[in-house]
Amino acid sequence: MFVNGPIMGKGSGLPWWVWCCGSYLDLCPLSRKVNKIKFLGKETRESLCCRKHRQILCHIALPLEHLLLEDSRVATAVGVEVPDKMKSRIPVVLLACGSFNPITNMHLRLFEVARDHLHQTGMYKVIGGIISPVNDNYRKKDLVAAHHRVAMARLALQTSDWIRVDPWESEQAQWMETVKVLRHHHSELLRSLPQTEGPDHGRAHSLAPTAVPELKLLCGADILKTFQTPNLWKEAHIQEIVEKFGMVCVSRTGHNPKEYISGSAILQRYQHNIHLVREPVQNELSSTYIRRALSQGQSVKYLLPDAVITYIKEHNLYTGDSS
Amino acid sequence: MENSEKTEVVLLACGSFNPITNMHLRLFELAKDYMNGTGKYRVIKGVISPVGDAYKKKGLISAHHRVIMAELATKNSEWVEVDTWESLQKDWVETLKVLRHHQEKLEASSCDPQQDSPRLERPGRKRKWAEQRQDFGQKELLEPKTKDVPKVKLLCGADLLESFGVPNLWKREDITRIVGDYGLICITRAGNDAEKFIYESDALWKHRNNIHLVNEWITNDISSTKIRRALRRGQSIRYLVPDLVREYIEKHDLYSPESEERNVGVVLAPLQKNTAEANS
Repeated sequence: MFVNGPIMGKGSGLPWWVWCCGSYLDLCPLSRKVNKIKFLGKETRESLCCRKHRQILCHIALPLEHLLLEDSRVATAVGVEVPDKMKSRIPVVLLACGSFNPITNMHLRLFEVARDHLHQTGMYKVIGGIISPVNDNYRKKDLVAAHHRVAMARLALQTSDWIRVDPWESEQAQWMETVKVLRHHHSELLRSLPQTEGPDHGRAHSLAPTAVPELKLLCGADILKTFQTPNLWKEAHIQEIVEKFGMVCVSRTGHNPKEYISGSAILQRYQHNIHLVREPVQNELSSTYIRRALSQGQSVKYLLPDAVITYIKEHNLYTGDSS
Repeated sequence: MENSEKTEVVLLACGSFNPITNMHLRLFELAKDYMNGTGKYRVIKGVISPVGDAYKKKGLISAHHRVIMAELATKNSEWVEVDTWESLQKDWVETLKVLRHHQEKLEASSCDPQQDSPRLERPGRKRKWAEQRQDFGQKELLEPKTKDVPKVKLLCGADLLESFGVPNLWKREDITRIVGDYGLICITRAGNDAEKFIYESDALWKHRNNIHLVNEWITNDISSTKIRRALRRGQSIRYLVPDLVREYIEKHDLYSPESEERNVGVVLAPLQKNTAEANS
């Protein structure tokens, strides 16, 4: 039947690829098809069904029984029980809250890096991203009017096919806590799903529980540190964020997120719901730097999208005159 | 200081650009702001000169792709452009020779502002360029002085400065001529290390006034190596390189484990050349 290949996984003891009927097979996490793969080298295999979905599959330990062949025959090893359904990937939407004053390439990178990371765990499929600029009533120093910040984010996302800006938070009468923004967007997400009330709507199965999308807070690892600042966050909110929603934290130089987690009982308890992502391209780019450079008449080209730079010039933002 | 009293500068960046990234493009912006900010210089042009295939660096893909990517990257730039002369040469060309080539080109076109240069990448810009040259053209007739010709300076990161110390990578005389006759603008994060490096080298120290160290306050670590690695692993490179470059890479599937294996085991051209000359 099949013969397991040499075990090269990450210590789980499970083979990450199998040799079957003369070819290497593996599962493309995005198309969810088992394909013949081309073994290209120590680190990389290329899934021949979809060149776009090249992934490091070795990080995913797949039990043998979860492999389906292209024509839907189930590849079985003798004596292994095969479940009826493939375990579904959990759909995820990433929500980033912040000033975005202005939005920069670094903010946009957070989404890309987070998406790659979640996909490579094999457990998630990122179906959308939301940028939610903070309300003017947050009263942060140098915060330009919300409608500008929303417009700039919109321009920055013109070329993105999965991230959008949502002005809801900025349009509220007052500033609101992050957890409320999460709650709002989560209920919006659930409302937009196809309804499956009643026993049968012509569909064989109701929505499997794992298909309900999750909304996760996307942020830099520095946010974890701010949880420790007294009075900045309500304890109950921190708990709700990590328990009900979950976080995806992208590392930043100078911050050790594992330390922040181990220093907090709540964070430790829900650490499985806090995904720490390492961004190999260290980037200290910050909106603060951009504002300073602009006020000094220096170039910020290639640090934020050209369309945003044009907008800033046209509207005379961040010129250094006190607002 | 009147504009006409400032020394006009052309920034020349040599390198693999394999592929070009937002960081490379930032080097130009930082250098321009710095040089213009001294009040003594006026940066008029930036030139990207991708190295030829004969350089034989590991993982170096074909020059024509690298040139096209650089052109896509500078499509929206008003002052930075790509020059293919170096990449078209059959053998690897020393950086000093590239500098000399570009300086001579500037001197030639300043003597004869009406002359069309053979390589016209951006006709619009060339016309503007020719107009600027005309003012100086008049002066040239009265006082043929190289003072009014723009100066080419080498733009680089700290890694290039420190590579001066790698045995046989550079010829000692070349280093001296580069900093003496042309000048270096080096964008660096660790200014202290670079200053120390200059201090410890007699050749560099002598021409330290011609070496401009520009501090890059925000770490922007977008190296081409990391881009290639991310591509091999199916990770996103969005917002690290210009969108047009990313689309081009995807369309032509440029970087793979195979492309990274190119030139493995081959000696880098400058090392080969300088060792051979040392032994001859």
